Amino acid sequence: MEALEYFLPTVWFVFLALFLFLYVMLDGFDLGVGILSLTASSEERRGILMTSLGNVWDANETWLVIMGGALFGAFPIAYATILSALYIPLVLMLLGLIFRAVAFEFREHAENKLFWNTAFGAGSFIAALGQGFALGSVIQGIRVDEAGHFIGTTWDWLTWQSVVVALTLIQGYVLIGSTYLILKTTGELQKTHYGTARLAAWTTLIGAVLITITVPTFFEQARDRLFSTPQVYIFALIPLLGVLLIYLLLRSLQKEEEVAPFVWTILLFLLTFIGLGMIIFPYIIPTQITIYQGAANPSSLVFMLTFVGVLIPIMLFYNIYNYLVFRGKVTEETYG
Amino acid sequence: MDVFSNTVVLSRMQFALTATFHMLWPVLTTGMAIYLVVLEGLWLRTRNPQYYLHARFWSKLYLLNFGIGVATGLPMEFQFGTNWAPLSEAIGDFFGSVLGFEGTMAFMLEAGFLGIMLFGWERVSPVIHYLATIMVAFGANLSTFWILVANSWLQTPTGGTFENGKFIIASYGEAIFNPFMRNSVMHMFFATLETSLFVIGGISAWYIINKRHTEFFAKSLKIVLAVAIAVAPLQLYIGHLSGEQVYHQQPSKLAAMEAQWETIPAGQPASWSALAIPNDKEGKNNWEISVPNALGYILEFKKDLSEPVQGLNSWKPEDRPHMIGLVYYSFRIMIAIGFFLAGLMALSVLQWLRGKLSAGAIADQKWLMRAWIFAAPLGYIAVESGWIVRCVGRQPWTVYGAIRTADAASNLPPSNVLGSLSIFAVVYSLLFVSALFFGSRIIRQGPNMELPIPEVGPRANIEVKPVEHRPDQRPLETTQSSSQS
Ligand code: HDD
Ligand code: HEM
Ligand code: HEM
Repeated sequence: MEALEYFLPTVWFVFLALFLFLYVMLDGFDLGVGILSLTASSEERRGILMTSLGNVWDANETWLVIMGGALFGAFPIAYATILSALYIPLVLMLLGLIFRAVAFEFREHAENKLFWNTAFGAGSFIAALGQGFALGSVIQGIRVDEAGHFIGTTWDWLTWQSVVVALTLIQGYVLIGSTYLILKTTGELQKTHYGTARLAAWTTLIGAVLITITVPTFFEQARDRLFSTPQVYIFALIPLLGVLLIYLLLRSLQKEEEVAPFVWTILLFLLTFIGLGMIIFPYIIPTQITIYQGAANPSSLVFMLTFVGVLIPIMLFYNIYNYLVFRGKVTEETYG
Repeated sequence: MDVFSNTVVLSRMQFALTATFHMLWPVLTTGMAIYLVVLEGLWLRTRNPQYYLHARFWSKLYLLNFGIGVATGLPMEFQFGTNWAPLSEAIGDFFGSVLGFEGTMAFMLEAGFLGIMLFGWERVSPVIHYLATIMVAFGANLSTFWILVANSWLQTPTGGTFENGKFIIASYGEAIFNPFMRNSVMHMFFATLETSLFVIGGISAWYIINKRHTEFFAKSLKIVLAVAIAVAPLQLYIGHLSGEQVYHQQPSKLAAMEAQWETIPAGQPASWSALAIPNDKEGKNNWEISVPNALGYILEFKKDLSEPVQGLNSWKPEDRPHMIGLVYYSFRIMIAIGFFLAGLMALSVLQWLRGKLSAGAIADQKWLMRAWIFAAPLGYIAVESGWIVRCVGRQPWTVYGAIRTADAASNLPPSNVLGSLSIFAVVYSLLFVSALFFGSRIIRQGPNMELPIPEVGPRANIEVKPVEHRPDQRPLETTQSSSQS
């Protein structure tokens, strides 16, 4: 029983991390492409950018819904506290996602496309910004009382650290978005995105360095844990690997490879995630409530695990199948 | 004003706005998906290209609708945490798991196969494509199931106990199969199906009356009619069962639905109020037309009640629902629409049997076609009314008998909620107008009859194709002539 009480919340922490990672990676490139569409030079190009997402953005966004549902069921108090503490950034994110979603459908039928193009690009940007602020302030820690209830104020989420995280996340999305476009497009359009990817790789690096330096100052518990002996080596390895990956990424962009830049970027995202996971674990509301304190009761966790655990491989399977069906370069395919 | 500085009131207004608006879209997502499965099945069976063209045409409306459904669904899920944090904390163990299942089982299934269903016609074989369509329809209806499980549990919270306001679950089976679940799922399932049928029928009637693709749309109208024969009367019966379950489980909601202020003891006949002006403040109806003995027949199919109907005045004002007029009239509007749709179905079937709906004669049925056009939006109104009965009638409780709405809301600064509420109101109005605009544009453009028909294997080549070719030409000519007029 004792072991179960540690084991189950840990499993759910890992699941949540998995869902969040899938979301950030997959909808990350959607949002990145959206942000890039703001700079696209012609209507035709913008059409191709949006077509490259037409069949996947919805499934990608659904990982966020799943993340939300799983957090709600597995750590109700964290769901309640974090969401109500981050009211403004989350409303921003929702509005951004609303505009992004409807732009796909409305643009298709509109004569004046400019409005919905802007809705698509600006929506993606606002959604990314909201997510960045939310992520930043979760890492930084949310002010709660012993019971885990929010005791901060409306604007707690807005600090210089969360601004840095938000800007870096946007850079990261642009990076993964442009490497996705390298994969999906040809010719001039592809060339443009080798350029944007290179630029984004550098700006992301700057952000990442800033965060790596400052994160341990965000909260003390993390500092104590990360700088104790075994962890410090792993933790030190992360920036080194990160630099290596950025080097590999830049080299593959130099050589104009098509698949490699996307793969290196994904690995870069994964590495960042492992780093963040190490900082946050075992908290579900940093820096007050651990996953053991915040978890739903074990019977709930087991019940959810039996369903969701079985469904994870199935979901991955048909999502991968969907990507396989639509693999290859984007063509001017429409419906109607 | 008072309202604007009260977080609970503002959060309720925001939830009501976003839920009412979200509800408009799942109706077609779930109901029309079933229709698309039927169409594609007919196409695969008969290899008649008309069915294929139907599937392609209706999917355009489907996709438009779907996007807005997803966009407006997201705020629903997040609102439980942002605006109803104490509620989420108290019931998350169960309620949150159910939303988690909805995501993993239903939403992902829909979203994962939607791309193939809409854009995959040329990329996968017809059978795989059909499978994708089935998965989308199955996923959509699975989400109806799970969300109605969650909502029914709020109405009749069983399967555990409340300790210090937190729900401790004892039996998942009991909580999922709570007393309201089965029937509410059925009522909702038939509501989306019925509404979709009458939307499709109404749009078809519009084309018929305008003499565009008459034969083509006579076909969809008849498919709709064939399904509605079963759906429309069944919905009346299931609605009756819904009323019965409220009678047994939620006396304060029943009293609000019937604007019944004084208790009627068991074993007595009860009159039914057909129309009234309820007066919340004084606890009586200012004016009323009532039908003697009818309530007993409505609730139990017999004259005398076997259980008392408790009157609203038997609760303290803070323990019973308010806005009685809203609940009372919403309930009556829903029922009236239910009977109207069933009547329209019956009349149309009669005309069908008399041969008046054949492709040559149907355009002369002007009044019948007008009635179908009129009926197109009615299902939506019934759906919204039903939800108002269900949610407003449940007040002052969020979890009936256990958690009050006033205790369920997050302690946010009112200005934040007022801000988000206003933005949602503006954005949703924009979406609504745009959806109507683009939806009617799709309808005005009409189906694209020149789409190439995908190969469906050897059978199509050998047997059916030569026969099918000729009737297929006719609507093509009508397209050209009518799009010019
Ligand atoms: C009739 C059934 C029904 C009802 C009563 C509701 N929904 Fe809904 N919802 C659906 C049926 C549906 C759907 C048909 O499954 C949608 C519409 C379009 C879509 O993709 O899924 C959807 C979309 C949708 C999404 C987006 C899913 C995605 O990204 O794919 C979320 C998060 C919710 N809903 C959540 C809710 C919540 C929290 C509700 C209650 C308060 C709610 N819905 C009421
Ligand atoms: C099945 C999913 C649904 C769930 C889980 C749900 C649950 C809730 C909750 C938690 C509230 C807020 C607390 C409260 O005021 O009691 C609420 C209020 C409300 N909901 Fe629902 N609801 C659902 C669907 C809907 C739909 C589809 C509609 C509209 C068509 C709707 C209409 C309303 C209204 C009008 C209120 C405000 C009632 C008031 O405050 O007086 N609900 N519901
Ligand atoms: C004679 C006809 C009908 C009766 C007697 C009836 C009865 C009811 C009752 C009593 C409720 C409240 C359930 C509760 O609070 O738990 C309800 C809810 C509802 N009704 Fe009806 N209804 C009828 C027709 C319709 C029609 C035609 C539609 C739509 C096409 C519809 C859609 C709904 C919806 C969406 C709800 C809320 C969700 C649910 O309870 O499943 N109803 N109905």
